[in-house]
Amino acid sequence: MLTKRLDRWLPLMESVGIPIAALLLAMLIFAIFVAIIGQSPATVFYLLYQGGFGSAFAWQNSLLRAAPLILTGLAVAIPAQAGMVIIGGEGALALGALAGAVAGVALSGLPPHGVQAGILFAGMLGGGVWIGLSGWLRHYRGVNETISSLLLSYIGIALLNHFVEGPLKDPASLNKPSTRPIGDVNMIGNLPGMEVHYGLLFGALFALVTWIALRFTTIGFSLRIVGGNPRAAQMAGLRVGWWVVGAAAMGGAAAGMAGAIEVAAVQGAANASVLAGYGYAGILVAFIARQNPLAVIPVAILLGGINAAGGILQRRLDMPDATVLVLQGIAFVVIIASETLSGRLRVWRSTPAPVKPAIPATGASV
Amino acid sequence: MSTAGATIGWWGVPLAVLAGAIRVSTPYLLVSLGECITEKSGRINLGLEGVLIMGAMAGYATAFATGSPWAGVLAAGLVGAVFGLLHGLLCSLKRVNDIAIGISIMLLGTGLAFFLGKPFVQPQAPMLSSISFGFWSDSTQIQSALQINPLFILGAVLAFALHFAFRHTRLGLQVRIVGDSEDAARALGYPVLPTRIVATVVGGFLAGVGGAFLSLYYPGSWNEGLSSGQGIIAVALVIFARWEPLRCLWASLLFGGASALGPALQAMGVSSGYYLFNAAPYALTLGILIASWTPNRALSGAPGELSLVRQ
Amino acid sequence: MSKTKFSSSRRTVIKSAGAAAIYAAFGPLAFRDAQAASKLTVGVIYVGPRDDFGYNQAQAQAAGILKKMPSLNVVDEEKVPETIAVQKTMEAMIEQDGAKLIFATSFGYFDPHVLKMAAKYPDVRFAHCGGLWTAGKHPKNVGSFFGYIDECQYLNGVVAAHASKTKKLGFIAAKPIPQVLRNINAFTLGAQSVDPAFTTRVIFTGDWSLPVKEAEAANSLIDQGCDVLTCHVDGPKVIVETAEKRGVYSCGYHANQAALAPKGYLTGAEWDWATPYKLLVDAALTGKPMINFLRGGLKEGFVKMSPYGPAVSAKAKKVADADKAKMVKGDFVIFKGPIKDNAGKTVIAAGTSLKQQDPILEQMNYLVAGVIGKA
Repeated sequence: MLTKRLDRWLPLMESVGIPIAALLLAMLIFAIFVAIIGQSPATVFYLLYQGGFGSAFAWQNSLLRAAPLILTGLAVAIPAQAGMVIIGGEGALALGALAGAVAGVALSGLPPHGVQAGILFAGMLGGGVWIGLSGWLRHYRGVNETISSLLLSYIGIALLNHFVEGPLKDPASLNKPSTRPIGDVNMIGNLPGMEVHYGLLFGALFALVTWIALRFTTIGFSLRIVGGNPRAAQMAGLRVGWWVVGAAAMGGAAAGMAGAIEVAAVQGAANASVLAGYGYAGILVAFIARQNPLAVIPVAILLGGINAAGGILQRRLDMPDATVLVLQGIAFVVIIASETLSGRLRVWRSTPAPVKPAIPATGASV
Repeated sequence: MSTAGATIGWWGVPLAVLAGAIRVSTPYLLVSLGECITEKSGRINLGLEGVLIMGAMAGYATAFATGSPWAGVLAAGLVGAVFGLLHGLLCSLKRVNDIAIGISIMLLGTGLAFFLGKPFVQPQAPMLSSISFGFWSDSTQIQSALQINPLFILGAVLAFALHFAFRHTRLGLQVRIVGDSEDAARALGYPVLPTRIVATVVGGFLAGVGGAFLSLYYPGSWNEGLSSGQGIIAVALVIFARWEPLRCLWASLLFGGASALGPALQAMGVSSGYYLFNAAPYALTLGILIASWTPNRALSGAPGELSLVRQ
Repeated sequence: MSKTKFSSSRRTVIKSAGAAAIYAAFGPLAFRDAQAASKLTVGVIYVGPRDDFGYNQAQAQAAGILKKMPSLNVVDEEKVPETIAVQKTMEAMIEQDGAKLIFATSFGYFDPHVLKMAAKYPDVRFAHCGGLWTAGKHPKNVGSFFGYIDECQYLNGVVAAHASKTKKLGFIAAKPIPQVLRNINAFTLGAQSVDPAFTTRVIFTGDWSLPVKEAEAANSLIDQGCDVLTCHVDGPKVIVETAEKRGVYSCGYHANQAALAPKGYLTGAEWDWATPYKLLVDAALTGKPMINFLRGGLKEGFVKMSPYGPAVSAKAKKVADADKAKMVKGDFVIFKGPIKDNAGKTVIAAGTSLKQQDPILEQMNYLVAGVIGKA
């Protein structure tokens, strides 16, 4: 009886316990690094906790920074379900921001909720078309999606810069070339009782809906077949091209939505400030989350928390900004490497394990 | 002070593209050749961007401390090799995803380089010297364009050597078989993991040297903005080159030359749409990809064990 | 040079090691709170690395001077992007460190980030670098400070014109925004004051720190016969070094880069942010109202020139020094009509003199005649 119950919990203990143990090991390595450079590890960890998660303010700070990362993480994780490695989220975010800002100005005059919906939709469309193009090129032209999404990303960033400083520039924006502002009334506000904008909720919902669709509908199954063995998928009657382009486009839509939210909740217009590396950070988030859309949320919050905590290290200890990069590097190397342990903790189990995890551990390489 | 020679007008554009092809391409060339070796063995190291930055910092710091730029190059290579070893060992563990480890190593390398590189932003390290191939010309512009760094020559020679080695040597065959099929390699008695680890170490070494080229020759400076994604692009160029060392050379030259186009046109007063000109290398590469790849040929040359392109 | 570098870094290590020991003994918060009670806490935010040998370093140097003032407790943060992150950094400085005065040193911080935080924390002062504070439109606890560095660029142009043999100058800039255009124009007008035949070729790289592109731009300009280069990017190191390597002259920007080009460095336009920093801190310490609009040039000590390099002729020094003396006295006008843009349109009518303080200059959207390139 007890062993049976234990069996049921083991996978969960593994999927939570191993990363936590890995995180502890990473903290130990980081502590040694901190000690070598002449700081007190205890102080550093105390401050990291304070800055990232030690108060309501710190939590909100972390959540705000996590909001775009959830969506850019999905931009990698969703196409990964169909076996694609997409690394062009930054460009999709750029075009999402541009499209969102254009829609926001074009729709001004409508009720704010209508304008906001239009901005988000335009952003998703902009990003979706861009990464969808990568999927299309992969399926119909045989162009590797990793390289095409990267190249498209640079081109998307160039397009944002070109339009923001050229045809779409608001003459009043002077030293910070931007599109025309979408207007204060149309800005997306904060969640009730919090100082975190609705972008966090949108991102979390996007992740949740994706997870449900992948787990409880045939979508996930179809994508896995398409990603795993396109020929078998074709024989099973699946329209492979449709699924490949669709998965890529949905990923792009997530990144584009992140861009639109940056415009509608933070910047108020599209400009080069939206290019803060969220798209690149999303690659990391997705791989740490093992391409699981639901796991993207806690990973994004962890990354947001470390970023939030970086500031306090700079301010209190005069440590450079790169300190948190080192911490992240160590943490993620150890966490990824710890995946080798998964499945090995089940030596005590009495019954054979269920073979198939819901989402392939390394979706991209299946 | 010498004065610049006669004005060259529009000839400046092709000249800049030629000079850029040589100057700008070298880091792409070295990193992509290294990554080519790694990928041929069936692994992908996406972390070479971080290795490149770490190499740039370590090379600059060593050159500054020892006074010898070549010591810097060597140090950069060794630091790169250490990162390659880390990647190679960790990816040999079961169930560890090489792409994910690569991305983490990118962060780690970048972070360490920025952290440790702070004291070296301001001082001037001794630079690598170059060989003048433009002595035959009176034009200072041509003389300058044909100042060629030995590392470029080394990279070009290496491309040909690798091309030969992969086809005609035992070692090359071993790397290719390990990369194409683990089972076949085992059946033939080749050690799979050691081969891959060594291939990743060599890849890391070359990426480190590519970083040293950036910091010790062109643009020849160390700061946190030094790399604008050269390491990542180089990894992409390997796929573009379909895992052929010689094509890595052509791809790097193309990319370098296209990078010089924007500035050269602006120097002639063509400055509208400069963001689009500056995106030329990306657009051109994508255009060639689309034009030259068809679904049937897409994966010809791809190592069978490569996670990135496994279908 | 190498020696000072190493000793200074060692000192930093020793200092932080000492600080760590104190923290370990007293606990970080207790330490900070005790300090904050009696002192004014000032927060400084940079968009790039503190030690970029350029824009951010110039700001960090001023912050370094504040750090030595006993009545202040200075906290700073580098590489803060112009996103929600900078809002949260400002808030963290206020909430976690008790900051009452914040220096936000990147232009992109102003709208919406500084404005939003200023509305939320009306009793905190926000000093923003580069912005255009407008009465009635912007909150009273916000101030924008900036320096008329175009005066230095004008003098750069004067000196460059004396050194140049080809009468072609090169300017490498990040983006065609008003601050940058004003510098390019002042540089060109300075050169044309020596000889109207001077032209300036401009290359926009598209971003503030792109070393490879900056080196390519420098090489292209030199290939086109430009024999003096200057720039407006965050870190001019690569450009000054490339010019030296190719045997042409350079004028620096942001900080003194003379050591990088012992032969070809003519002079340079440098910030002296300590002046406005101290003024703003003094106002906060003495409880005077926030200085909402703070500008200054050579006269006020907001900017300064690098010492002349060995290649500057006696004649060049004499002419430049005479212009500088007039600027320091406050009766020199750079933008004096008639001025045409490079498309032939009159942008400043004859008889119109736009003094430095004129806000219309901060909206410059043209390149003057003689500049080759498009704004």
